[in-house]
Amino acid sequence: MINLLINDQKVSVEPGTTVLAAAKKLKINIPTLCNHDDLCVAGNCRVCVVEQKGARTLVASCATPAAEGMEIHTNTLKVRNARKHIVELLLTEHRSDCTKCYKNQNCELQSLANEFAFGDTIFLDLVEDHKYNIDRSSPSFTKDDSKCIRCQRCVRTCSELQHVSAIAVANKGAHQKISSFHDKPMSHVVCTNCGQCVNRCPTGALVEKTYIDQVWDAIYDPEKHVVVQTAPAVRVALGEDLGYDPGQRVTGKMVNALKQLGFNSVLDTDFSADLTIMEEGTELLVRLKKALVDGNKKISLPMFTSCSPGWIKFIEHKYPEFLPNLSSCKSPQQMFGALAKTYYAKKRNIDPSKIVSVSIMPCTAKKFEADRPEMRASGFKDVDYVLTTRELAVMIKQAGIDFRNLDEANYDSIMGESTGAAVIFGATGGVMEAALRTAYEIVTGREVPFGNLNITPVRGMEGVKEATVKIEGCVEAWKFLEGAELKVAIAHGLVNANKIMKLVQAGKANYHFIEIMACPGGCIGGGGQPIPTNMQIRKNRMKAIYSEDEHMVLRKSHLNPDVIAIYKEFLDAPNSHKSHELLHTNYVERENY
Amino acid sequence: MENNGLNKVDLIFEKIDTKEVLIKAFKMSNAEIIQHMLDSGLKGRGGAGFPTGLKWKYTAAEPSPEKYIVCNADEGEPGTFKDREILDRVSNKVHGGMAIAGKAIGARSGIVYLRGEYRYLLPKLMIELDSFHKMIHEIGYDFNIEYRMGSGAYICGEESALFESIEGKRGEPRNKPPYPTVSGVFEKPTSINNVETLVTAVMIIFHGSKNFTQYGTKDSRGSKVFSVSGDTPTPGIFELELGMTVQHFVNEFGDGDTKAVQVGGASGFCVPRKKFAETIIGFEGVPTGGSMKLFNSSRSMYNVLHNYLDFFAEESCGQCTPCRVGCQQLLKGVEKVKKGESKSTYLTELMKLADTMKIAAKCGLGQSVGNAFKSIVSNFKEEIIY
Repeated sequence: MINLLINDQKVSVEPGTTVLAAAKKLKINIPTLCNHDDLCVAGNCRVCVVEQKGARTLVASCATPAAEGMEIHTNTLKVRNARKHIVELLLTEHRSDCTKCYKNQNCELQSLANEFAFGDTIFLDLVEDHKYNIDRSSPSFTKDDSKCIRCQRCVRTCSELQHVSAIAVANKGAHQKISSFHDKPMSHVVCTNCGQCVNRCPTGALVEKTYIDQVWDAIYDPEKHVVVQTAPAVRVALGEDLGYDPGQRVTGKMVNALKQLGFNSVLDTDFSADLTIMEEGTELLVRLKKALVDGNKKISLPMFTSCSPGWIKFIEHKYPEFLPNLSSCKSPQQMFGALAKTYYAKKRNIDPSKIVSVSIMPCTAKKFEADRPEMRASGFKDVDYVLTTRELAVMIKQAGIDFRNLDEANYDSIMGESTGAAVIFGATGGVMEAALRTAYEIVTGREVPFGNLNITPVRGMEGVKEATVKIEGCVEAWKFLEGAELKVAIAHGLVNANKIMKLVQAGKANYHFIEIMACPGGCIGGGGQPIPTNMQIRKNRMKAIYSEDEHMVLRKSHLNPDVIAIYKEFLDAPNSHKSHELLHTNYVERENY
Repeated sequence: MENNGLNKVDLIFEKIDTKEVLIKAFKMSNAEIIQHMLDSGLKGRGGAGFPTGLKWKYTAAEPSPEKYIVCNADEGEPGTFKDREILDRVSNKVHGGMAIAGKAIGARSGIVYLRGEYRYLLPKLMIELDSFHKMIHEIGYDFNIEYRMGSGAYICGEESALFESIEGKRGEPRNKPPYPTVSGVFEKPTSINNVETLVTAVMIIFHGSKNFTQYGTKDSRGSKVFSVSGDTPTPGIFELELGMTVQHFVNEFGDGDTKAVQVGGASGFCVPRKKFAETIIGFEGVPTGGSMKLFNSSRSMYNVLHNYLDFFAEESCGQCTPCRVGCQQLLKGVEKVKKGESKSTYLTELMKLADTMKIAAKCGLGQSVGNAFKSIVSNFKEEIIY
């Protein structure tokens, strides 16, 4: 242990602990800006500087390891003056249109300004001197360089967590900026729209593209019938933006709030998640049969999941030779969209051209996905508007709804039923677990051999997880799988996806089925989730997801009554002609820059 | 001191048989070589002045099997051109110095990071490096040197930014600690030394440390190569004994009308005429990597300052707030004051900003911007305002 003094208080810490963390241990708060728990140390904003006895300069507490006998002061006049200067300097480069900014009151620079830089401005405004660019090219997010404070959180996120590096630092000195390859628009580079950078941006430089006004317009248009679907991960995170601690399940309140906002029908993406299991599970079994029994060498295995649009765009850019390995299933959002304007419209006797389909997602990539030209199987845009968890919170606030005191409500019927299997789609490993719960039962006629259906090996925060399920006692139709060992792997965060893809590329991945989610932790850690998101918060949300699953009566996708009904009434069977028309898709190869 | 307080020395460019010095050095133990450097009192000649013997000692103490000796030949400080001359005339001594340093710290590889603008020297240097490698081989010693080119960024002269650049990354300073002696290029223990330092080390081995200590002062041992430019009838490269005052220097190199000398380049200090006599050039006074720029009364010190600030606003790597934004503020600030758009009292705020940059910037670049700013503004305030 290392002993040091911070503000004359003794503290002992493990070797390698930073001064910042040591101070935290003493409940001494040091302001930070470029620092983020998920990312490597940058030490470039300098807001966290402190005085170290004997040092020639102040030191950045985030980047300075605690050392034996060190004496630190965090709040001297020297420190305060430097911090004030630093915040003042940042403000001169930053277009401070705070009252109009989407991040108003949720901006780390603004908070620091409140603490350190109130009153008269000291320095000269530099915003005019810079020819700042606002990039609105992506359907998922906006990049406004005039609000960028060059903390490089986004750059570190894109390279460290996602292995994408769509954005990087360009130029030096006064001209330094965060840029893309050849300064191309974000829609024309390798960006996966995952929004992890958006989630970590301390200011309004990176924000999701909002469609709140369009959704309000639709709600208030008497001609329109507005249906809304909510993704599994939203219900365990929305509360954070409305006054709850991380990990609070607010499903019933959220449904009621959506009804109060004026949506005509509040439905559940969980329904189409269950449907995805039926379609994707069947697809996997068919692929296995063709490969193992028929000896068809053209069948692409391992099969990859296709629920995560960030992952889809990643593989389209980086590993297009493996596009045939992707499940052809659309994501639950898009399955829902295609059915809303066909099956639902028919059942409710509504002209599909009058339906506006809205989805609430933990994700920014879903906005891009909804815009893909492939996603118009209903003859219309299947999903019209995608809102993030954060945007829904904004709408709830705009409508003056007292969320904490709201009664709980249930989803509406037709495509509103869900199972625990669908809920866990929101966490890494969840799709795999849901698929195994159903596929194992189809093949063997028995439940998966895990206590209380909890397939624990596929759960948790490890970057790459793997599991093997031995298939025994098959029913007659699946006898060819008798004794087979189904090998599966799970990766979350694209940096881990890349690890698996490297193995697959090298022919060293002996798996049948791989689940990949673009975001750390899966959808619970999505780019559209409340800010901040970090490891502890992801863990809390994950716990809430599994608790939601345990509380469900139905926990296996094939038992969802709405799913059973839709096959009976409309789709016929999984992977039927109709299913392929509406629920399956294809992918495109993209440039790798 | 002779010659009016100014003593010209011929050490760096002295013709010697490098092979002989290397044989002598390789017969010594690592500790002996390091002790020679410690005894000599040699401090780094790049400008920062870290004791060379200590740097080698710390690197030698690291247990890593792989270490590097890096020669910093990025010579980017405005007004210095001595390393170019040294590489052009006595590259064999530079390479020899790297081998001796390598022996001392336990490194088998050396990298010369050569300033991008000096690329034209490369063909000649490659020929000389070839014969150096042959010579080392003949002696029966194993040491290999390679050259890496810079691309014109001033910041890449900062040691950790230089490592990043060698590694193929964007040239940005790292957080310290860890220091290069612990984790330098390719995250291996590294001793990074200036071109002139390495040659001086060779000469210390050649003549012995005692011989070296007879030159200079207690804090600034030996001699140093100066790059003299500006308003002088005799610009060029001069090796001078350390310890002289700016007055001594001006007596020799001035044009009779010198009003200020910028010692140490853009990141150094401006010494006004009234302080010539009391200011020693060296670590006890104003340190310099060699840049000596003389200004006579025809020069506007506002223009001089503006030029430096413009340079820094351009050459800051841009990663840390105090340097990136601070440089822009200082530049725009003096422009506004000059135009009368800001009050002259605004200079006081800018002086405070320069103080913050000195203690809060991430690396030596940002920390030293305030040197030129403060010394010019405080000594030539009326030229900045009117």
